[in-house]
Amino acid sequence: MAKYILKRVGLALITLFLIIFILFVLVRIMPGNPFPSERMSAEQIVNKRAEMGLDDPILVQFGRYFINLLHGDFGKGTSLYYGAPINTVLSTCISNSFRIGGIAILEGTAVGLLLGITAALNRGKFLDGFCTVFSILGVCVPGYVFLIFLQYFFAYKIPFFPYFFDPNRFVFSSILPSLSLSLFTMSTVARFTRNEMVEVMDSDYVRLAESKGMTGSLLVRKHILRNALIPIVTVLGPLIVDLLTGALVVEKIYGINGIGKLMVDAIAGEGVDYNYVLALGILYSALYIGIMLVVDILYGIIDPRIRVSASGEEG
Amino acid sequence: MEMKNERTILQINDLDISFKTNAGIIHAIRGVNIDLQKGETVAIVGESGSGKSVTMKAAVGLLDANATVNSGQILYRYVDDYGHEQVFDLLQMSKKQLRSTINGSRIAMVFQDPMTSLDPTMTIGKQIMEGILLHKKASKQEAWERSLELLELVGITDAEKRMKNYPHQLSGGMRQRVVIAIALASDPDILICDEPTTALDVTIQARILELIKDVQKRMKLSVIYITHDLGVVAKVADYVNVMYAGKIIEVGNVNEIFYDPKHPYTWGLLAAMPDLETDDDRLVSIPGSPPNLLHEPKGDAFAARNAYALAIDEKADPPLFKVSETHYAATWLLHPDAPKVEMPQELKARIARAQKEAEKYL
Repeated sequence: MAKYILKRVGLALITLFLIIFILFVLVRIMPGNPFPSERMSAEQIVNKRAEMGLDDPILVQFGRYFINLLHGDFGKGTSLYYGAPINTVLSTCISNSFRIGGIAILEGTAVGLLLGITAALNRGKFLDGFCTVFSILGVCVPGYVFLIFLQYFFAYKIPFFPYFFDPNRFVFSSILPSLSLSLFTMSTVARFTRNEMVEVMDSDYVRLAESKGMTGSLLVRKHILRNALIPIVTVLGPLIVDLLTGALVVEKIYGINGIGKLMVDAIAGEGVDYNYVLALGILYSALYIGIMLVVDILYGIIDPRIRVSASGEEG
Repeated sequence: MEMKNERTILQINDLDISFKTNAGIIHAIRGVNIDLQKGETVAIVGESGSGKSVTMKAAVGLLDANATVNSGQILYRYVDDYGHEQVFDLLQMSKKQLRSTINGSRIAMVFQDPMTSLDPTMTIGKQIMEGILLHKKASKQEAWERSLELLELVGITDAEKRMKNYPHQLSGGMRQRVVIAIALASDPDILICDEPTTALDVTIQARILELIKDVQKRMKLSVIYITHDLGVVAKVADYVNVMYAGKIIEVGNVNEIFYDPKHPYTWGLLAAMPDLETDDDRLVSIPGSPPNLLHEPKGDAFAARNAYALAIDEKADPPLFKVSETHYAATWLLHPDAPKVEMPQELKARIARAQKEAEKYL
């Protein structure tokens, strides 16, 4: 198992390095630059470029950036926030997005699993149909539409929840945005869990377990859920990254100072802020790779077929 | 609830089952009677879809959710913990009762495909112990030791190491041995084998059949085989039930069915079995395919494929005619007024050859 994990971690690091390099080059060659020409004179731009080292060969620039990155420093913004250190700005945004995203993940998976399991165990009955309709709605309705709906009823009509995000009442004001963020995850997990469980319930090994005398929650826990979880873990990975990295529109509508909003500002502000785009790109990729790594390791724990073959014991 | 005689352990009376599907109601089992005597082996033979598996699934409460039992009884006799004889109708028991008192502990099943019938995420040791722990209330240690014994009993070498293996680390033949070990785990009275060798290659098939025969003798089991392979039937069965379109159309002991078959369908099945002397290049088969039970056939369900069909076959379903104490067949050809029809010459010759062959070993 240790060998399996080590191999995965090594692969993840290599992938991350390649992504950083490609991102860096892409940002440099993409159209647009950090300097809004209508507000700066040509001379100012030349000076600024030289100051930021943008005229050096790209590999030199990359080397400098990468070494800073190894020290955990994303550098400074080129136009956004008057060149404040990115680390400071980022940490506020990350903490907002991650905490709301984290709550959304918990809600989404917990309710999603519960709905899926309920539907599968009541296959063909009313609850099954209800869950199906719910998950179709949840996949189709965008999170921000749901948020506006929630705002209208639970902040405006019944003024119980705050209308906008308030860092001082963090948990309370996170409820509406995290609910609307989790809707998609909830429905996807519910649908997947339901379908996987139904498939496993029809399998020969569950029939064999029943012929041994297994029933009820024991059968679900020991045989059905574990086998159904394998594919669910796979879909869960990307969904979690999506939630953590914040949703652009939801953050904008609810006035949350998160990384989704930051990304929009970095690209659509006055001039493209190279270093913010890069920093966020790297952050997204690192998260994605990290979650996939966790998924791979979880796989090994849940599914013995993968564990054994990957550690080279057999097969 | 009365059983025919005191040696009967399982008795299926007039079982009638239908399935609700999108296309309509399928009348899959149309009045089936099967008796199993203690310690004996009964085979149920038939084509796919003839209802042989469904019949036995009904006995162990594994019918799909869209199945309805319209009528019938499945009587099961056992001796309870106080030494009293009890007779139960399995169809009257709830799923919960069945699971806690019958499944695994009294009636166990061996399934067709060992590649899919073991849980891929659980060690085989745990899978065997599960049944023991569930019914016998044994300690974990005892269950472990019993599982080891069982693995050795079904001929798995290096049992201690195998206990910790996962199913994918075992070959198909080994897995089927494990499935048999699981079935035997809590000392059942009846073992139902649903095509136990169909998914295995021929050399392994013979060994698995030997194994089942062996444990049957040792543990005094009564065995029901569900199969479409007459070769298997000849090797293991005491009694044979030939099933067609949800009915038993011929029943008899193994000699009666193989040497003196009366139903044209049984003739067809036997003729389709190639032997060494078969000199035709083409294999014989029964023309046509089984009827769609969505529309219940009028008269004899086999009439359309039957070269010996009489006019009455189109109008009325034949009852079981008695041939001997143990041999019955549902064909109008046995009616006293029917014209004398002999089985095909070719089959007759083949049976004569087989009988001669068999006498050599007596």
